[in-house]
Amino acid sequence: MRLSLSSRLSVVLALLPALMVMIVVYIGATGWTVWMSLTNSRMLPNNNFVGLRQYESLFGNDRWITSVHNVVIYGVLFVSLALAVGFLLAVAIDQRVRAEDTIRSIYLYPYSMSFVVTGLVWQWLLNPSLGIQHVLRSWGFAGATFDWIVRPERAIYCLVVAGVWQASGLVMAIMLAGLRGIDDEIWKAARIDGLPKWRVYASIVIPMMGASFATAAVLLSTAVVRLYDLSVAMTNGGPGIASEVPAKFVMDHLFERANIGLATAAATTMLVTVIAVVAPYLYWRARKGDIR
Amino acid sequence: MTVLAEPLPAARRRRARMTPARWGLYAFILISALYFLLPLYVMVVTSLKPMAEIRQGNLLALPVSPSIDAWVTAWASACTGLTCQGIKVGFFNSVRILLPSVFISILVGSLTGYALSLWRVRGASILFGAMMVVAFIPYQLFIYPLVRVFAFTGLGQSLLTIVIIHTIFGLPTMTLLFRNYFTSLPPELFKAARVDGAGFYQIYARIMMPMATPMIVVAVILQTTGIWNDFILGLVFAGRDNLPMTVQLNNIVNSTQGERAYNVDMAATLLTALLPLLVYFGSGRWFVRGIAAGAVKG
Repeated sequence: MRLSLSSRLSVVLALLPALMVMIVVYIGATGWTVWMSLTNSRMLPNNNFVGLRQYESLFGNDRWITSVHNVVIYGVLFVSLALAVGFLLAVAIDQRVRAEDTIRSIYLYPYSMSFVVTGLVWQWLLNPSLGIQHVLRSWGFAGATFDWIVRPERAIYCLVVAGVWQASGLVMAIMLAGLRGIDDEIWKAARIDGLPKWRVYASIVIPMMGASFATAAVLLSTAVVRLYDLSVAMTNGGPGIASEVPAKFVMDHLFERANIGLATAAATTMLVTVIAVVAPYLYWRARKGDIR
Repeated sequence: MTVLAEPLPAARRRRARMTPARWGLYAFILISALYFLLPLYVMVVTSLKPMAEIRQGNLLALPVSPSIDAWVTAWASACTGLTCQGIKVGFFNSVRILLPSVFISILVGSLTGYALSLWRVRGASILFGAMMVVAFIPYQLFIYPLVRVFAFTGLGQSLLTIVIIHTIFGLPTMTLLFRNYFTSLPPELFKAARVDGAGFYQIYARIMMPMATPMIVVAVILQTTGIWNDFILGLVFAGRDNLPMTVQLNNIVNSTQGERAYNVDMAATLLTALLPLLVYFGSGRWFVRGIAAGAVKG
């Protein structure tokens, strides 16, 4: 059907906001940030090109190295634990249990809460003098120690505990949808063959759920790169700089330390990492025909 | 995209007998449920205890003499930095940010999704594909240039700025949601309306949006929880007079001088979590639909 001039104008008008956002915000702002990372901008942006010098000082910066180190630890543990816990929960729920809806609601509700709320609750639970450690000691485990949140070499693991608590329900929901999508015939066939249930899960079901695992893993990974609120609320990067993360490094250098060049170099490094993670996934999805 | 977790068909609903393996299964489910519920429980009991009881007692113990004093303090007089007017300031700021942001982001997103799905526009698939890709880029790449742009336009940090920001960053998900929905509708519907001579906005307002009610519900849930829970955007773009509840909450808890009032902290935390929790428990399966729809972006 050919479009009249007025319809054509209407369409263009309707798409104008999206077009503007794409060009100005996503492409323009990203481009500007990348360009800033090649200048020696401090408190105000300037255009003095200094090549990759900001990246040199970035990777010589202790705080950045700690941040990267932390986000790697957090990323590996958070993604694998959330996937494992979420999958196990989904499998458990899928065994025709009673009160399925209630159980599912309990597993998923943390996901509705913000990272700030999550961080503050877990900060309180892990409080060494009044939190879980105190409870264990009052139960008679006098030597019980669980003071990771105040120990620099352990603080990042506390973020993992909180993050997994918040996000496992999401994985459970995705995995459960995947499990419910598996043909009942497979279960019947396996029963006839006398395969034990765990074997069916390990050798048939998990390989069939590649799409669910990929979706969940990508969702969790993008959350890892974005990790900011949780670190701010739970430990504020501390003790010292022990639980700093890249997103927080960028924010602090932009708004508190007035070092735009270094901050944008860090942001650009984050972008490159995201592209490395997401590009293969999008390519795979595009080939499957999900995104056209 | 991910299929929704639908209820089991009747045939699969038949219960298994209680064998030792089933007991183990239920034990696993119960223990994990306790792990997920523990923080909520601790928040509630802590918020109801006086400080003396918190200092001497057990984290898990029920309050001996429950009182809502901490809730009153948290709401009306806790200190967020220099002022001491409680979390209510943040609550009303968040409401003022939330309502226009949800409305405008859904309006723009649905219009974009509608134009991209039903109208043959050259480059539509490129625009849509690009929107899905850029949705993965972390905020840190945009924040500084956007701060400069808003400063340049004179808007600076304001209520309008944060509403625009939420509209911008909600656009990919909202567009995706509505585009996919409109694509799934029978094409005859659109063709018939065109033959009848209805124009672009007429079809949108009179036919498509009324049909898209389920998607509007999903979009409202998604945007309400997302915008309410936002921290970083509100912190940067809302300005000192409009700081949302999450930012105020973090100020109450983490920038206290002197002794910390854990009961007030937990009451304030609960108050901040209340709206998303209500939306979650009130909406049931709709929330899961929202996750599935937003799963592409994350």
